[in-house]
Amino acid sequence: MNRNLTLLGLVLLLVGLGTFVASLFGHALVGGWGGLALTWLPFTAGGLILAVAPYAGTTPGIKNDGIWRGTFSGRGVGAWLLGLVLTGFYCLVYWWPEHLEGAIRALDPLAQALAGGPASQWFLYGYLYTLAVTIMGARMAMRYRHNRYQLVRTASVVFFQLAFGFLVPQLLRAFQQPEFYFTYFWPLKKEYLFPNDLQGLASSGGFGVFMAFWGVAVALVATPVLTWYFGKRWYCSWVCGCGGLAETAGDPFRQLSDKSLSAWKFERWSIHLTLVAVTVVTALVFGNWALGGAWLGEASGKATHWYGFLVGSVLSGVVGVGFYPILGTRVWCRYFCPQAAILGLIQRFYSRFRITTNGGQCISCGNCSTYCEMGIDVRAYAQRGQNIVRASCVGCGVCAAVCPRGVLKLENGPVKTR
Amino acid sequence: MHVVIIGNGIAGVTAALALRKRRRDWKITLVSGESDAFFSRTALMYVYMGHMRLQDTLPYEPWFWQERRLDRVRGWVVHVDTAAHRLTFDDGRTLAWDKLIVATGSTPNRFGWPGEDLPGVQGLYSLQDLEALERHSVGASRAAVVGGGLIGVELAEMLHSRGMHVTLLARESAYWNNALPTAEAEMVGGVIRAAGIDLRLSTELGAIEAGDHGRAAAVRTGAGERLPAQIVGLTAGVRPSLGAVAGAGLDAGRGLRVNAQLRTSHPDVYACGDCAEIVDDPERPGRVEQLWYTGRMQGEVCGANVAGEAQTYVRGVWFNSAKFFDLEWHTYGQVRAAASTRPPGERTHLWQDAARRRLLRVDTVDGAVVGMNALGLRQRQDVWTRWITEGRSMADILPRLGEANFDPEFSGKALGQAAGALREVQA
Repeated sequence: MNRNLTLLGLVLLLVGLGTFVASLFGHALVGGWGGLALTWLPFTAGGLILAVAPYAGTTPGIKNDGIWRGTFSGRGVGAWLLGLVLTGFYCLVYWWPEHLEGAIRALDPLAQALAGGPASQWFLYGYLYTLAVTIMGARMAMRYRHNRYQLVRTASVVFFQLAFGFLVPQLLRAFQQPEFYFTYFWPLKKEYLFPNDLQGLASSGGFGVFMAFWGVAVALVATPVLTWYFGKRWYCSWVCGCGGLAETAGDPFRQLSDKSLSAWKFERWSIHLTLVAVTVVTALVFGNWALGGAWLGEASGKATHWYGFLVGSVLSGVVGVGFYPILGTRVWCRYFCPQAAILGLIQRFYSRFRITTNGGQCISCGNCSTYCEMGIDVRAYAQRGQNIVRASCVGCGVCAAVCPRGVLKLENGPVKTR
Repeated sequence: MHVVIIGNGIAGVTAALALRKRRRDWKITLVSGESDAFFSRTALMYVYMGHMRLQDTLPYEPWFWQERRLDRVRGWVVHVDTAAHRLTFDDGRTLAWDKLIVATGSTPNRFGWPGEDLPGVQGLYSLQDLEALERHSVGASRAAVVGGGLIGVELAEMLHSRGMHVTLLARESAYWNNALPTAEAEMVGGVIRAAGIDLRLSTELGAIEAGDHGRAAAVRTGAGERLPAQIVGLTAGVRPSLGAVAGAGLDAGRGLRVNAQLRTSHPDVYACGDCAEIVDDPERPGRVEQLWYTGRMQGEVCGANVAGEAQTYVRGVWFNSAKFFDLEWHTYGQVRAAASTRPPGERTHLWQDAARRRLLRVDTVDGAVVGMNALGLRQRQDVWTRWITEGRSMADILPRLGEANFDPEFSGKALGQAAGALREVQA
């Protein structure tokens, strides 16, 4: 029965993919809502079936059988092909969107309905991103249906991506408000502390003033307070869109992260260098703004441009998501995200969050380390009975879920018991 | 001073680390015929099931051994000469030692069943067993596992994960009933059956029959029923692996006999882990402990004693855990499995949820908590250890049961239900 279901899912997905590729080359069978439905209804239905069917009829529990033997999840041929497709797609979105024109035009009816205007490559990107988070979120929920923490957390990332990552920005456009993402803050969205951007928001009216205030207040006040109480997980694995994609679409690849000490050493340099870079860029922008451009000239503009290209496009998109099937899901979050760097510093030094270990029950099996998407060698702590307090931990809770001996638990508690 | 450790499992490696911590300048050599690097034996099942690669089961990277100057020598030891302080490998090489730690672990039991040496028949203990299982799995569609303990259910899960039809033969009338009380044993049996395993209780192995190519083709039960099986797993317990020290003149019974400091009959030879038999254990003389945890704890004490400290091995409040397919088990202290042997003054209290997915049992002696079993509920070791050590009463711990909760956040109110509904039962 599962086999027939899988076959149906595969056929539907291929119909969706086929019409999508046809639309890329300007060969849409029908236009308008009909064309949109012809591609995305079978794609979504097929994707949902393929995501959920393998778990139908199984008992609730950890389902990792054969992961390292899978062509996609085990770094096989499929993984390299998928990596090629993903990196290629990111390159097109960022630098050659004209090749996506057919697929973008096919989404026009939806963009018109939501935002009152035509679709762009960013609309296509946001649409695909949200679809991936939703479909693979259903898969995640099915896989971990025995674990309420995973269910609640998965529902949270899907909700924040769907509502604040996709729908709200479109509605803002429909109501002639400035583009704004309520779930991104400085330094991940560095412009939200840039003086000119803040002035721009504030000058657009009452709601713009609220947006400017929201961006500043969350970055400077809510972030440290929430991280103090809950660790960086409140953002990285509950709210953030990048984290949302990693926790849903990225779940089949979480075991691919590098657990070696050398990777950890690299991570500590790379992530903090990115934080320094965004701080310098922000300082340059402020300096230029204060001096009216008289002293720094074009330096701040150039710095912003190059940071945007290197960090915003290459590292977060092409490498960060494109390399999911090769390097694991959290390459961006672990090595480069400046938001994760700040949250990590707070988590490491000023937070009630920790992963506690259960006495001597660890059998050093290594499931926890293997399935840590951030490449933390969780076992190294668990087998010594030490709590895990690490800057990079995003609190996804999968180490605790896969532990066969009930050794790990995510907890918030008094700092002196960390 | 050169200390040689035979065996780089959890006991030998823990002894090496404990020794290195105390003696920075001694030469320490870990000898193993099984593997180049220390791996987690308990994780072999996850390698077979595709959850992990073999390299993921190594708790330490190569730099770790260099940094601690722990030398590693690969080879099977065939003879130990205690008078000359020298050991010999199967290829003729020799290695001199000043002090020796024997940590050679276990080997699966065989009871002289007809056909037990056929190709396709094997236990599951070593890396070589895992490699054999991979070879035997090629083309296999049916398997039989003999022995209803912890390894039996793991091997059944492994074979089942490759799509094989698995029959699990257990002598007891409920699963692992010699260690688990009947309610727990029945819950575990239910989980095994729900996963699709053909669990045959009260069934003994009669013989293993060969097929056309001389490899195992079927098992015949004690009652005479023939069950086709190209793989036959023998998981009826393990016994100390003493081949390496057979002619060494060391005092041995079931295992290598050691005192409470884990020293053998020879003053320069120590033993720890599965292969050791603790002679002057006050609770149970002649005890052989074959768990990962006891291997680690014995290795810690052994390393300290070799370094010159006088540490006595005291096991403390018992604990263990396991996972039967999706059902997790935690136990602390002593829980009596057989209700018929329960002395006066000892009582047992039980709670099970309606869906038979969770269970909590607490045993008391003269009103003081002495042990507990939890199925489907993760429980905190330090809390239960404290309650048992202090001999708390049921009335005292029930309102505080939440302190022992170790389930993930948002896990619901099972423990609260248990606290309200834990009732004294007869079995």
